Amino acid sequence: MSLSRRRVAAITVKELRDYRHNRFVIGTMATVPVLFIVLPMIQLFAANVTGKHVSAHVGLSLLYLLVIPVMVPSVVSAYSVVGEREQGTLEPVLITPIRREEFLTGKALAAFVPTLVIAYAVFGVFLAAAALFANPAIVSAIYAGTHVLVQLLFTPLLAGWAIWVGIAVSARSTDVRVAQQLSVLASMPPLAILALTSLNVITLSTALAIGLAAALLAIDLLAWRVVAAMFDRERLVTGRRA
Amino acid sequence: MSSGRSTAGAPKGRARSAAGSLAPAYGDHALTVERLSKRFDDRVAFEDVSFEVGYGEVFGFLGPNGAGKTTTVRTLGTLLAPTSGSATVAGVPLRAENGPEIRARISIMPESPGLYLRLTVMENLQCFAGLYELDQVRERIERALLAVNLLDRARDSCASLSKGLRQRVALARALLNDPAVLFLDEPTSGLDPVATREVHELIGTLRERGVTIFLTTHRLEEAERLCDRVAILSTTLRLIGRPDELRRRLFRRSLDVRVRASLEDPEAVFGALPEVEGWQQTPAGYALNVSDPDVAAPAVARALVAADADILSIAESRHSLEDVYLELIDEDVEAARR
Repeated sequence: MSLSRRRVAAITVKELRDYRHNRFVIGTMATVPVLFIVLPMIQLFAANVTGKHVSAHVGLSLLYLLVIPVMVPSVVSAYSVVGEREQGTLEPVLITPIRREEFLTGKALAAFVPTLVIAYAVFGVFLAAAALFANPAIVSAIYAGTHVLVQLLFTPLLAGWAIWVGIAVSARSTDVRVAQQLSVLASMPPLAILALTSLNVITLSTALAIGLAAALLAIDLLAWRVVAAMFDRERLVTGRRA
Repeated sequence: MSSGRSTAGAPKGRARSAAGSLAPAYGDHALTVERLSKRFDDRVAFEDVSFEVGYGEVFGFLGPNGAGKTTTVRTLGTLLAPTSGSATVAGVPLRAENGPEIRARISIMPESPGLYLRLTVMENLQCFAGLYELDQVRERIERALLAVNLLDRARDSCASLSKGLRQRVALARALLNDPAVLFLDEPTSGLDPVATREVHELIGTLRERGVTIFLTTHRLEEAERLCDRVAILSTTLRLIGRPDELRRRLFRRSLDVRVRASLEDPEAVFGALPEVEGWQQTPAGYALNVSDPDVAAPAVARALVAADADILSIAESRHSLEDVYLELIDEDVEAARR
């Protein structure tokens, strides 16, 4: 089955335009990154850390940054289906030739692109601040091991996971607020593994990091198929299963 | 009364799009519906519905709230899967795998406009032009907005528009893809009289252009004014035909006679006329059952003059579509009581 790029783009562009005018979305996208860059900065610069504790502190700081690709998209993707349903805008879209996979991909891209931009930008700010103001031991610890690789690899994959979980919850919910709370909670489990590695409970080699990333990628792709299968036009329009 | 099936009186020919171009004709009928049913668990939404709609026809689908009108539209628009029966929509068999093809050939304007209120009119229409994969997007949007007299509001946010204007934007959105069949689901629901008149005028304009329109409504004067044929649905299809045909089918033709003073012996006046099949006194005068009012009226006038009556008026009784509708719905209520 081939996806129509134009239909996917139509949904994505519409979503991005809608975000631009939506104070709640703008607020979420602005507040979460600010919150999760301030905490690691304090962690790095305010604490008097030396010796073997440096690596654990750096790991914890970077773990905060990985919350951004989970939190930012889960809130907007949880709104994606149930929000349209509440506004009465879902039915006019569903009566166009769009296929459910196109609709969902368009929605996912609209959450994915700004998340990636924000998360990488925040990481860039973090690296720049560390290079300028942190002591050399901390800077060395940031670039040692797999910290940077984990950030680069897992930011899009965690975002993908959070988005599909958010859309799945949204497609099954009847209330936006419940959907948002559930999707944030359901997006968290992959962070637990990364928390163990960031805090050096599990030593993450490059090979293991790539292996975990590949597994998360496979889960993301599977999640896309599962969410598409869950997307039932009849239930969304009438509230009853086909 | 069994479900009817007819295209008698339907205008022939191909649909002309909102833009003025000929829309493609997919087969002989824009819609062919055969014994279509939809149930939700044990609740019947509509059952055993059959009808055909010709290209260029404005077809009214009437019924009380909960009669199954919107469910029928959603089923024909492939949003819902029928429980049984078959249909062809714009030349394409109604099957799940044909959903995208059917939806590309039709448009549905739901009861609620469903616009993205934070976006402008233009942005809303651009989104839908993309969903239909249309070429010459700007030209098409301008034509659609021109058709609904909203070209000057293209840059306005939809949130700033009145309910009537939002309905017009929804209509422009439905016209974007030059649909072979345009489904309008209660297009004037909740509108004030001015906005209702505007929507009626727009539908009238589309009708003149030959757009095939499937109009669901419970506003009977709307259906009578706009539709070539109407069907009355109350879970099953109760009646189908031109409004005047339905009146004739349900009501005997009659003459209303008004005279200045009551006749001394009405039976002597009306009973002697072969053109009059029966008569009864009414508060306003006399109601005469006749088979042909054009033949009976002069004979009645002559008889009244001969009887020295002062005639105020002799006119054919006019039963509205509302009378037809209420007669059928009353039958349903009676049947439910039994």
